Amino acid sequence: MEKFTNLKSIPSYLSLQNIDTDMIIPKQFLKTIKRTGLGKSLFYEMRYDENGKVIEDFILNKEPYNKSRILLAGKNFGCGSSREHAPWALSDFGIKCVISSSFADIFYNNCFKNGILPIKIEDQTVVELSEYSKRKEEIEIDLEKQEIKYGNKVKKFEVDSFKKKCLIEGLDDIALSLEKTSQIDNFEKNIKENSPWLLKND
Amino acid sequence: MSKTLYDKIWENHLVHKQEDGTCLIYVDRHLVHEVTSPQAFEGLRLQKRKVRRPELTLAVPDHNVPTTDRSKGIDDEESRIQVETLRKNCKEFGVELFDVNDKRQGIVHIIGPEQGFTQPGTVIVCGDSHTATHGAFGSLAFGIGTSEVEHVLATQTLIQKKSKNLRINVNGELPKGVTAKDVILKIIGTIGTAGGTGYVVEFAGDVIKKLSMEERMTVCNMTIEAGARAGLIAPDEKTFKYLEGKTMSPKGENWKKALEFWKTLYSDKDCKFDKEVNIKGKDIEPLVTWGTSPQDVSPITGVVPDPANEKNEDRKMAMERSLEYMGLKANTKISDIKIDKIFIGSCTNGRIEDLRLAADLLKGKKISSNVSAMVVPGSGLVKEQAEKEGLDKIFKEAGFEWREPGCSMCLGMNPDQLKPKERCASTSNRNFEGRQGRGGRTHLVSPGMAIAAAINGHLADVRKI
Repeated sequence: MEKFTNLKSIPSYLSLQNIDTDMIIPKQFLKTIKRTGLGKSLFYEMRYDENGKVIEDFILNKEPYNKSRILLAGKNFGCGSSREHAPWALSDFGIKCVISSSFADIFYNNCFKNGILPIKIEDQTVVELSEYSKRKEEIEIDLEKQEIKYGNKVKKFEVDSFKKKCLIEGLDDIALSLEKTSQIDNFEKNIKENSPWLLKND
Repeated sequence: MSKTLYDKIWENHLVHKQEDGTCLIYVDRHLVHEVTSPQAFEGLRLQKRKVRRPELTLAVPDHNVPTTDRSKGIDDEESRIQVETLRKNCKEFGVELFDVNDKRQGIVHIIGPEQGFTQPGTVIVCGDSHTATHGAFGSLAFGIGTSEVEHVLATQTLIQKKSKNLRINVNGELPKGVTAKDVILKIIGTIGTAGGTGYVVEFAGDVIKKLSMEERMTVCNMTIEAGARAGLIAPDEKTFKYLEGKTMSPKGENWKKALEFWKTLYSDKDCKFDKEVNIKGKDIEPLVTWGTSPQDVSPITGVVPDPANEKNEDRKMAMERSLEYMGLKANTKISDIKIDKIFIGSCTNGRIEDLRLAADLLKGKKISSNVSAMVVPGSGLVKEQAEKEGLDKIFKEAGFEWREPGCSMCLGMNPDQLKPKERCASTSNRNFEGRQGRGGRTHLVSPGMAIAAAINGHLADVRKI
């Protein structure tokens, strides 16, 4: 996985609450067998009209927001379908950090597997940060220090220590889990003894 | 120390715990479908990794498959490639597949229980958010992303942190005409679409106990629509009876051992939940959604709410956007809303009991001339059973189309989609913007309410049929 480095960008702001993963990447783009190339279809129905023409006044279609690496959004971002195509599309578009007052669980987890940092912070701060989006001013994310820097202010945020480490070091968590193979072997031995109906081929 | 059912299952599956609370948990059963797995198998190939326990994984194509005659294959090229890729991957990695023309094929969350693949006390995952369905058997079942699918294939485990415990008690009795779908819509309407975020939900109370296994699946299925990844119900005699004799259920001595263990799966009497919600069964009416979030529910006897009465500005904005998308005016009577399409099916309501209930209400009647309607059975076995009982004839004679099994119009990845501004009474689980087709308008309802809408041509009260 690509390492997460500190970010500086003019944020884009979508104030809408409950932005679901169907909205982030609609069904017709789930037919791919690849992880790449979804950026152009991000928020498809908000970005393009029925004929596929660009809707000029949608924020992500406008300068400088079409180069935003940080997205600010209303609460419960990423609800609905578990499709990892949602973070793939965000990442492919260039967005590496999403800030909201709350996230849906599956989407939140999926972000970390794809080098995206979701930051959960109180509503008031999201609104405060949205002013920077409107004024086209950059804000900065420092994951190491767990800080959002804007103007002359600094806001601390919480992040799970293991997830943070994986992001910063770009770790492959499957490789980490495979290091625990002997523990998994032991666990399965236990199942075999105590719950033999669970392991089908033994 | 007394424990909740979720605590017990969690502890039973703990392979390793780090100091910071990050855990490695064992996965007993893994379901795979064509949409969220190709990149996971590709990841294994790139890293030269194997599937650790192929026999604990079961695959089925469901999202992309056409529901019309498919003996000649799939027309849509991308859909066909995705289904072929699943076939190829299953063969290469040794995973069992119920292929398109296998009569056991169907929606991934219908076939698991049907085969006895789903069992109490297990951890079950699938790259699909409606995996919570399997929680009806007292299993910890939840949806995962594709990276996690790859992780499970490679290690048969998942990296997780424990969630909090939420119990939702539905007490008393349900009034006539009110079904499991109304129960879960009521719950979502009460706690909101993010009300369960960070929790695993246990559904309890007299109403839940009285539900059949299939009705319990309907309730657990939509747990994710309340924000919780998993919802479960303690197994009981109904659960055991349902599983006895199923193809993949334990047999002989193993059945006895399993049964003995399954009987220990309940929340201890004095255990503590982080949060509890109580709902009275008698307060639940037949419900429909009016907006673009599953929490936007109203009784069929109600009216479309007025955003002007909403004090929270963000919520008000969301309501206005919903009403505009749905083409509805505030204060319109819900039962005055005209319908164009009826969809009966999905992992929420595509099981045999759903079809029986719908057919029973429909018998001898015709659908309104302004609607087109379809039934998509949840699996080939559901379809076969329904045909054995003559239900297909009732549907067809009334004007319904009788289709092949799959996810179909629940998400419209196959050709079953709404056209812009078409309005659908749907027994599925999501009414998001564009969910059933760009510009399509979805009203979530129970199968009985779908029949009421089909007969009347507008949303209507099932109790008046």
